[in-house]
Amino acid sequence: MHMLGGPSQLDLLDYKPMLQQHDGQPCPAELCEKARFAQIRGHPHLLGTPYAFSRRGESGTEVSELLPHLSEVVDDIAVIKSVHTDQNNHVPAQLVLHTGFFRYGRPSFGSWVVRGLGSENQNLPAYVVMSSGVFVGAGRDLWSNGFLPSVYRGVEFRGGDEPMFFLSDPRGIERADRRRILDAIRALNEENLETVGDPEIATRIAQYELAFRMQTSIPELMDLSEERESVREMYGAISGEASFANNCLLARRLVERGVRFVELYDGGWDHHLDVFGNLPVKCRQVDRASAALVKDLRQRGLLDDTLVIWCGEFGRTPLLQRGGGGKKRGRDHHPDAFCIWMAGGGIKAGLTYGQTDDLGYRIVENPVHVHDLQATILHLLGLDHERLTYRFQGRAFRLTDVAGEVVPGILA
Amino acid sequence: MAVHFPIALLLTAVVVEALNLIRQRPVAGDTAFFCLRLGAAGAVVAALLGWQAGSHADYVGRAAEMLETHRWLGVGTAVGSVAVAVLCFAERVRPGVWLRRAYVAGLMLCGAAVSVGGHFGGMLVLGDDYLTSAIPFFQREPVSLASVAPTGTVDFVRDVQPIFEASCYSCHGPKKQRHELRLDARHLSIGGGRTGKAVIPGDGEHSTVVRRLLALDKKKSMPQNEDPLPIEQIALIKAWIDQGANWPESATVADATIESHWAYVKPERPAVPAVESPGWVLNPIDAFVLAHMEAEGLSPAPEANRATLLRRVYFDLIGLPPTPAEVNAFASNASPNAYESVVDRLLASPYYGERWAVPWLDAARYADSNGYQFDGLRASWPYRDWVITALNRDMPFDQFTIEQIAGDLLSDPTLDQRIATGFHRGAPANEEAGADPEEYRIAQVVDRTNVTGTVWLGTTIECAQCHDHKHDPITQREYYQIFSYFNNTPIETRYAQNLVGVEFIGPWLQLPDEGVGRQNAPIAMGRATSTTLVMVELEEKRTTQILMGGSFLNPGEQVEPGTPSFLHTLPQDAPPNRLGLARWLVSPENPLVARVTVNRWWAEFFGRGLVESRDDFGTKGEAPSHGALLDWLAVEFVEHGWSMKHMHRLIATSSTYRQSSQVNAEQLERDPQNSLYARGPRLRLTAEMIRDNALAVSGKLNRKRFGPPVYPQQPPGLWKKTAGAFRKLEYLPSTGRDRYRRGLYTVWRRTSLYPSFVNFDAPSRSSTCVRRLRSNTPLQALTLLNDSVYVDLAAALAVRIMRAPNATTSRQRIDYGFQLAVARHPNPRETDLLHELYRNELNRNERNPARARSLAASLRPPRGINVLDWAAWFYVATTLLNLDETITNG
Repeated sequence: MHMLGGPSQLDLLDYKPMLQQHDGQPCPAELCEKARFAQIRGHPHLLGTPYAFSRRGESGTEVSELLPHLSEVVDDIAVIKSVHTDQNNHVPAQLVLHTGFFRYGRPSFGSWVVRGLGSENQNLPAYVVMSSGVFVGAGRDLWSNGFLPSVYRGVEFRGGDEPMFFLSDPRGIERADRRRILDAIRALNEENLETVGDPEIATRIAQYELAFRMQTSIPELMDLSEERESVREMYGAISGEASFANNCLLARRLVERGVRFVELYDGGWDHHLDVFGNLPVKCRQVDRASAALVKDLRQRGLLDDTLVIWCGEFGRTPLLQRGGGGKKRGRDHHPDAFCIWMAGGGIKAGLTYGQTDDLGYRIVENPVHVHDLQATILHLLGLDHERLTYRFQGRAFRLTDVAGEVVPGILA
Repeated sequence: MAVHFPIALLLTAVVVEALNLIRQRPVAGDTAFFCLRLGAAGAVVAALLGWQAGSHADYVGRAAEMLETHRWLGVGTAVGSVAVAVLCFAERVRPGVWLRRAYVAGLMLCGAAVSVGGHFGGMLVLGDDYLTSAIPFFQREPVSLASVAPTGTVDFVRDVQPIFEASCYSCHGPKKQRHELRLDARHLSIGGGRTGKAVIPGDGEHSTVVRRLLALDKKKSMPQNEDPLPIEQIALIKAWIDQGANWPESATVADATIESHWAYVKPERPAVPAVESPGWVLNPIDAFVLAHMEAEGLSPAPEANRATLLRRVYFDLIGLPPTPAEVNAFASNASPNAYESVVDRLLASPYYGERWAVPWLDAARYADSNGYQFDGLRASWPYRDWVITALNRDMPFDQFTIEQIAGDLLSDPTLDQRIATGFHRGAPANEEAGADPEEYRIAQVVDRTNVTGTVWLGTTIECAQCHDHKHDPITQREYYQIFSYFNNTPIETRYAQNLVGVEFIGPWLQLPDEGVGRQNAPIAMGRATSTTLVMVELEEKRTTQILMGGSFLNPGEQVEPGTPSFLHTLPQDAPPNRLGLARWLVSPENPLVARVTVNRWWAEFFGRGLVESRDDFGTKGEAPSHGALLDWLAVEFVEHGWSMKHMHRLIATSSTYRQSSQVNAEQLERDPQNSLYARGPRLRLTAEMIRDNALAVSGKLNRKRFGPPVYPQQPPGLWKKTAGAFRKLEYLPSTGRDRYRRGLYTVWRRTSLYPSFVNFDAPSRSSTCVRRLRSNTPLQALTLLNDSVYVDLAAALAVRIMRAPNATTSRQRIDYGFQLAVARHPNPRETDLLHELYRNELNRNERNPARARSLAASLRPPRGINVLDWAAWFYVATTLLNLDETITNG
């Protein structure tokens, strides 16, 4: 689950009493003297949080009141408070998180994983991408196969009538009609295969058959009315709507069917302006469904084999960004320290890992670079990030570029 | 017997004395003495016999080492046991504490030596796992060097060097030389280190490298303190040495010989080889290709049938299919030059430039949007039109290069020469609020530097951005010297004046409306269309510093413009600007540019390059499959005035190109990639060609050329999902005949590319692409079956089939439709299949007209047409547009 724009960790998962105490005071010079902010100009002031935090579950993980549903599953998740990245703008930060490199052109995380693990479902793509809200960022390049063969590219599913581009038969063509056309195509392709002998023709015949099956399997998959009312309720999903909640429920259905890599993007987390007005709205859209996904997977016994990750491309500053005539308080991009959470698939449940300083500005304990995070995630999926390589332009490329180390502290 | 008996006797003595030690009561001293005497005598005999046996044995590597150990342990045991027996006798004669202690200690030592020596012996004779092999848990596949020995020729660069790199160079490479050994150059490896010759060509067995990789001794075993290499890798290394340790000079990392890497040496025209069947040779290409085939015992395929050949060459030269009339005319033209005159006609066609612009625009990362988050639209299509025109005019490649890299710096540049510099304005520009304009200006200069390296030098110079290149002789300093040529253009974005944000500020070139003759169209955020993006040189030059670690925040030493020293020299009087660089790139002395360029074209025709790593001609790139041919083509290209059309003509008229692509299982097995070219190419069409073909086949193609991009129908709402939505960017589908323009005029928005193109492997052009992949996926099937554009075209094709000229029967109509789609006539079986489909559907429609009417309601065939008949033909048309053959070049 990727929250596009960078959610404010200081209002959600990283509680800092000291920041609260010094709310409104100028930022200590040693912290921000040399800092390069995306948008803040002039000497910035500290900005506390108006939200109450409490320790939840047996693990005592500290969670903001904005995430009441996540609070219920804290014993299943690990919160990492010390993730950092090198990039301060959305596209490069998203690229480095998804492809290991801040410029265009490298394969995405999902492409690497699918290349490493293959697919368990012959009727669905191995790597599925869904999004809700407006997509602010690098777009398709985040699920691009880069220089890997294009079978490893992520396939976009959408909400609504046509879950994938070109999935529905044109009006006036029924399934049986389509079948007869495909039979004719197949017979002619077979005839040609016999004469020409090119194995690509055999592949094409098989791909047309798979396409036909996908036309059935995907709408079936996307049909949430199959789910029990209580399950839809748990996610807050409404049949036929294009929402993050629906995507979460669909993600479970995909995972259940053996789809290897599912990524849900949610737009609208870039709160330079009015973070306290916008953040609660976003949390209401996301909190229930993301927690429901964890619960649902656990109830079905799928959580042990599924790794759930919730993150943004970076975090937000403990510093005020003024806007809207000074009335709308916001937070700027903060790559130096941010929070993510993970669940299932071999992580230490109930863990809170890493720590930031008293103002939530810098990491003081157990830093986890995005490359470390990638190495760890690959490790959890049974892949060695240094050996999952591909030769291109004369050298072996890998997801973690030239860095990254598995973080043993978050492994179960 | 001779061996095992003394072992048993000696060990019995050990056990007895050990029991005595524990029980403190010498009960069986006699037994021990008896065993000891007999055992010692036996050991001497066994050692003598063993020595003899070892001399005749044929052990290698680790085993040889074990043999040595085993031999000396045996001798030691024999000598030792005799000594212990003497001690025992002495102690019995004159009992004493010290004598007894010495005797017992000696005996224990003997016991240990016997055990270890015996263990080695067991391993030698019975195998490493002789102890565990009987236990099911330990059983594993028996592995020996011989069983995994590679069968073919071992290629150092491909097979061996990667192993050295991964496992050896960290201690025995350019940086560290443990025990004075380095394995990164042939002569150094042969010279060896302190422990002897690491590589003895022809003798893997005795080469220290192999011995150490197989060694058991922890101190000797390599890699030190790590798991041994997989036996397959050791076998590869041994086989490579046995085969003579062939080590191409170019693969020497360590020393100056890197400059003699084949691609860094200026090509000279090689002699055209003599062949056994000269009758097949139409031009020198064929001689080179045939010589290879003959050496491999292969012979060429027959020429493709005329219709297939014609269709192939149409797609390769103009990207469009021939009409049935053109096919028939060609088929009935008996002139010996019929094919050549078709090729000449196509080379002169105005559509030639459109087809060949596409791969060049991929390389130029040309797009109609800025890239990054907002990905706002930009007007640079006049550059795209410039490329088409230049290719149509067969502008010599040196001039083509100079105008694109430095057209603005020519004396008194023409408007077109300035438009040409749009090449390097293809670098994406970041308008994200908060994106430091200077940071992204640097990113653009880096992009321009890297793209220049890829496109003109086929070299991965980007590796030298943060450090000296690890494999090719480019220093970080040299990287920034090239960088500095591109460092003098104005910044393209700035912080917006009044609000938080970044805005795109050009530079644009104003185009005189009448001079360019292009109509206005809404594009690029309210700017008039009569502008385009070009390169501009600042009056006051920026200083360029090496960016340490590639970071713009960490500038180091200042550098001046210059070119890498491993390539041809930059003339003294070359201007220190892009013009100097451009002329240097296309100097006839440049060993790379002609090879890299003709190789890319070759790959367009044949699906694979003569050098498959089209973007890397460096030491880590692949070796050319036909090096002499590549050099011949490169020299021919330069000597023939850098003419692209001349080269394309040579390729298209060769026998090699004209071969049939039919293949049988045996040939496939022999050469699956067709790297020997013993059959013709058969490639899936590109994204744009698939569209253009369907447009042409259905009779809808609008052949209008040039102008602003068009917006064919795509699934609605796509652009609303991107950040561009904030800037009110809307995808308004084109209307009228603009819906049917060729693919290359489709708007290219980097973050939201036209989905039908994505599904057929079109690159986003966010970065340069000199090699499109060709996939075969279910999404392609869905696109051709269901994309409303293709459905629309199938409906049009149905009408066209119904109105087939001179056709009176449905079989004749099928023949016409089939020929439209794939150029050849259908065979009777194919006609039958389609005819059956048609008859069936027509029957259904007649029984149930509502089906056909519902289809007609959404697809709107022309008024007055027989809807029931049309709907049946729609099924046939859909089938034809979806055939593998229809989207393949033959």
